[in-house]
Amino acid sequence: MPAPAKDKSGAMIEFSAVHKRYPGGYEALKGVTLSVGEGELVFLLGHSGAGKSTLLKLIPLIERVNSGVVMVGGQNVSKMRAAAIPFLRRNIGQIFQDQKLLYDRSVFDNVMLPLSVTGVHPRDGARRARAALDKVGLLPREKSNPIALSGGEQQRLAIARAIVNRPSILIADEPTANLDAEYAADIIDMFAEFNQVGVTVLIATHDAGAVARAAQKVKTTRTVELRAGELVAGGAA
Amino acid sequence: MSAWLRLHGRAFGATLARLARAPFATLLNILVIGIALALPAGAYALLVDLQAAARGVSGDPEMSVFMALDAKKEEVAAIGPRLKAEALVAQVDFKPRDAALDDLKKNPAMNDVLAALAQNPLPDAYVVHLAKNDGDALEKLATSIRTWPKVDVVQIDSAWVRRVAAAIELGRMAVLVLAGLLSFALLAVTVNTIRLQILTQREEIEVSKLLGATDSTIRRPFYYYGAVLGFLGGGAAGLIVYGALQLMNRGVADLAKLYASDFRLEFLPAADLGSILLFAAVLGWLGAWLSVTRHLREFEPR
Repeated sequence: MPAPAKDKSGAMIEFSAVHKRYPGGYEALKGVTLSVGEGELVFLLGHSGAGKSTLLKLIPLIERVNSGVVMVGGQNVSKMRAAAIPFLRRNIGQIFQDQKLLYDRSVFDNVMLPLSVTGVHPRDGARRARAALDKVGLLPREKSNPIALSGGEQQRLAIARAIVNRPSILIADEPTANLDAEYAADIIDMFAEFNQVGVTVLIATHDAGAVARAAQKVKTTRTVELRAGELVAGGAA
Repeated sequence: MSAWLRLHGRAFGATLARLARAPFATLLNILVIGIALALPAGAYALLVDLQAAARGVSGDPEMSVFMALDAKKEEVAAIGPRLKAEALVAQVDFKPRDAALDDLKKNPAMNDVLAALAQNPLPDAYVVHLAKNDGDALEKLATSIRTWPKVDVVQIDSAWVRRVAAAIELGRMAVLVLAGLLSFALLAVTVNTIRLQILTQREEIEVSKLLGATDSTIRRPFYYYGAVLGFLGGGAAGLIVYGALQLMNRGVADLAKLYASDFRLEFLPAADLGSILLFAAVLGWLGAWLSVTRHLREFEPR
């Protein structure tokens, strides 16, 4: 699958009147309309339960909308068939709130995983994995087990795994949660660097300090705010 | 294409690594499958040997016509031409009672018995070689000959060969039924083993799916695992059968010597062994498919 391209409106990610209701009736998103342009760095703010994680999960189709449309790279993913989903996910770097690292594998193997599941040649994969680890400063720890890494290092490992496939979109769910200010600043700096080379970045956070830090680095930073499943600020690109 | 081959190579390599990572559990699984397959495979090997042995004994249709002990020479002589006149009869050999007694005397074990007899207890006999092995026609001819004067007993000598053949056929059916039943055991072992593998790797599977692994990428290593496990189980079955036949051959050799035979139980022909290995591998793959199809559905994300 070619890398996602922006649609006719110039948006890389677009939500139109999206509703998401979970089994049991809880409505996580209520008619959200949001547009993220190509190469933008967007912070998704809101308290716990505001719908930030749900919104992020709709992009790689970890969850599906109940109504409305989600466009990613000009493609309507709301109606995407199951067989096409893996190819969508390969173009989206994801950093999960719980990181989802494999603790029975080495740091290197964790970063190799997205490459090996796509059949990249092991030699090429190893080169790319080491480059990604180098980018986040973890190359000297490639043989370590993730459990031996600090919280900040584990987050950097999750970032290395997210970028190793050279995605055009990077989404991160609370990437600075549970990190002290110094580590959090490092992480935000990394996202800013990826954004500066053209990657569209969407970060869900309730860390106002992280937003301020990014704003110093990237002039075009935008914040959107969710409250109880509704977008209350910053929806348009 | 090369990425597709690499994914297959990676799945196969991961399968071998997984088997090697838990050698004891792997060995137990292989043994369970091997024993389950060894039963029908062993029974089949015995059948093949029996069939070969039965084939070694003349299966040409023959009939022995024994005359009454009080039959006069001319009454006995009259039967020969009548037998030759029958359409089913190809050749007739006469065995006089005195010649039969001389043959018996050649066996030292019979000396005491024969010495106790006042007269020759054996009748004159005709050995009738038949043109074809038509069961109904043979029976009809035997029934007719039994009514001829001074004919005491008519015995169809090839009947036991046919009975053995029928027993072997029955045995073959029994082996098929046994193989069918034990195939379910192999399936159950594979399904359960793969289920445990899936549960052990749940986290890796979920993360791989999130990172863009297709369903076939996720499933492939389990298919290989099932097929390789089945194949190795088939190999174990072959070894078990081979060992059992070697052990049995000691007793078989002693028994065969008593019948002046060098009969030995032979191991399965290469083609049959190949079929068993293939069958086991296919069953293993099928078990993996059933397990993966059943359990991967439960995983998020879809």
